[in-house]
Amino acid sequence: MSIIELHGLAKSYRIYQKKEGLRASLTGLFQREYRDVHAVRGIDLTVDQGEFVAFLGPNGAGKTTTLKLLSGVITPSSGTATVMGHVPWLRENAYRCRFALVMGQKNQLWWDLPAQESFRLHQQIYGIDPAAFDRTRDELVDLLDVRDLLRQPVRELSLGERMKMELTAALLHSPEVLFLDEPTIGLDVIAQHNIQRFLKHYQQERNITIMLTSHYMKDIAALCNRVVIIALGQIMYDGSLTGIIDRFSGHKVLTLLFADDQMPSDLARYGEVLEIEEPKVTLRVNRDVVPEVLSSVLANHTLQDISVEDPPLEEVIAEMFSVSQEEAVEMTNTE
Amino acid sequence: MLARATTWWTILRISLEERLVYRGDFAIGTLMRFLPIVTQIFLWLAVFDAASRGEIEGYEISGYGYSDMVAYYLLAMVVRAFSSMPDLALGIALSIRNGDIKKFMIQPIDLVGFLLLTRIAHKLVYYSVAIGPFALVFYLCRGYFSGWPDPDIMASFCLSLVLGFLLGFFMEAAIGMMGFWFLEVSSLLFVYMLFNFFFSGQMFPLDFLPAPWDTLFQLIPLQYLAFFPAAIFLGKVQGPELVNGLLIEAGWVVFFILVSRVALRRGMNRYSGYGG
Repeated sequence: MSIIELHGLAKSYRIYQKKEGLRASLTGLFQREYRDVHAVRGIDLTVDQGEFVAFLGPNGAGKTTTLKLLSGVITPSSGTATVMGHVPWLRENAYRCRFALVMGQKNQLWWDLPAQESFRLHQQIYGIDPAAFDRTRDELVDLLDVRDLLRQPVRELSLGERMKMELTAALLHSPEVLFLDEPTIGLDVIAQHNIQRFLKHYQQERNITIMLTSHYMKDIAALCNRVVIIALGQIMYDGSLTGIIDRFSGHKVLTLLFADDQMPSDLARYGEVLEIEEPKVTLRVNRDVVPEVLSSVLANHTLQDISVEDPPLEEVIAEMFSVSQEEAVEMTNTE
Repeated sequence: MLARATTWWTILRISLEERLVYRGDFAIGTLMRFLPIVTQIFLWLAVFDAASRGEIEGYEISGYGYSDMVAYYLLAMVVRAFSSMPDLALGIALSIRNGDIKKFMIQPIDLVGFLLLTRIAHKLVYYSVAIGPFALVFYLCRGYFSGWPDPDIMASFCLSLVLGFLLGFFMEAAIGMMGFWFLEVSSLLFVYMLFNFFFSGQMFPLDFLPAPWDTLFQLIPLQYLAFFPAAIFLGKVQGPELVNGLLIEAGWVVFFILVSRVALRRGMNRYSGYGG
């Protein structure tokens, strides 16, 4: 059953272009130049109940804008969207009680007070039954291992601890849909791992729907069963994480470990040499010719070990993004 | 209704706790605000002395003797303690600019009501710190007053203080909401404060003003932020004039409630969700 539906959703901003210098500042008082930025260009998307969807894309691709639209923070320029049957930007309390938004770069807790005070306020704002509140809070703080920090002012928590408190606050009212905007930004590897483990457990146990934006591939690989790649405000890919490689990478990475003193000098004939660390060599080989290359190598050389792998996901996506950035420049120039 | 009252109480309680975090700085700031009283008392003494050529006793300027003048100044200070809203408009505009306002847009909470409760908490902490110095100053200056006013005058004075608080709050909240359109409201606030300085009566009684300025102050709501309540206490406004004044003040409160509500609703619809 689809819980989030977007049809032709678009958002454009009119942004003032300020030129450099005092004269330009004075001129700007009377005559202003604006540029239309199309942050989201007509997105169609359907998300089912219980899906954990990742939004991937370079900076400025439209990921956060889409989450802002879905959480009702901003109003679209055109198109429609419903989340659990609600139009987000109408900001009905009935809707606001059913979702939560966590922003990695924004603090929603009271800075100078212990997190437990913010939790208590959330209980009141969301009208959570006291017994249910105690139960949920205890469960969340235990899962996130922050019970001992409940009485510490938020300003004195580390970034990772604060994010755990933010997540606790966001989940107190048991939202059915959770929007996460870069929840692990700036966190160290251990803190990232803890948050990932918690999100995975919580999502599986409650079967809630989560949409996540992140630049950390490990977040996405660990959590999401579906990836939506967005660039230039449009959806470029919608599918599984491994499907990205099949679709966007035409290469495989071949690692060959030659037997003693058998390292050939003409490796380039097999493919692009990425790294040589005698007697090991790593090659980038066109996907179509991998079987031929393998049989040729095996026929001509003695090998200790051999492996054929997909290129790292980060590399494929980075390549894809750099192409989309070039297209963005072209599109901006023609608009 | 009970649930809503509990929510309000929780917001108020947490706001009070937050205010008390920096109680030392708050207490020093509050106490320092009493220093200008001494200079004002001496300033008006010098003014009356010069104007009356040394015959201060019985000398009046626009119906105010020296004692009335000091009493007026002290009362205006009390009224300002209710109606002034430090950092309210700038705080709203800043939260719009840096995106902090987003949390109010995604939670089932009324931003204006929330701000009002946090401001009440701010004032309650302020009064709890300032009540001692206020009592001391009024005790030391008791000679400038001709006794306590009648209970009905006192009740009207208290009502005008509450209305003054609400008017000050909703006027500044409306200015802060302009941040949805201009992002930065400090210049707008400067103009407001400039007019406030002259036309609220915080520096001198507004009945000092000659024509046509006396008409201007009657037409704008600023007099209710200092002059009007002080004039009630001193018995300068009585009878039908007092009732009319209170009704007009209440009317201005309702007007600015509507302005801030409409500004919030329209502003949210044009909000760009700044700050990531």
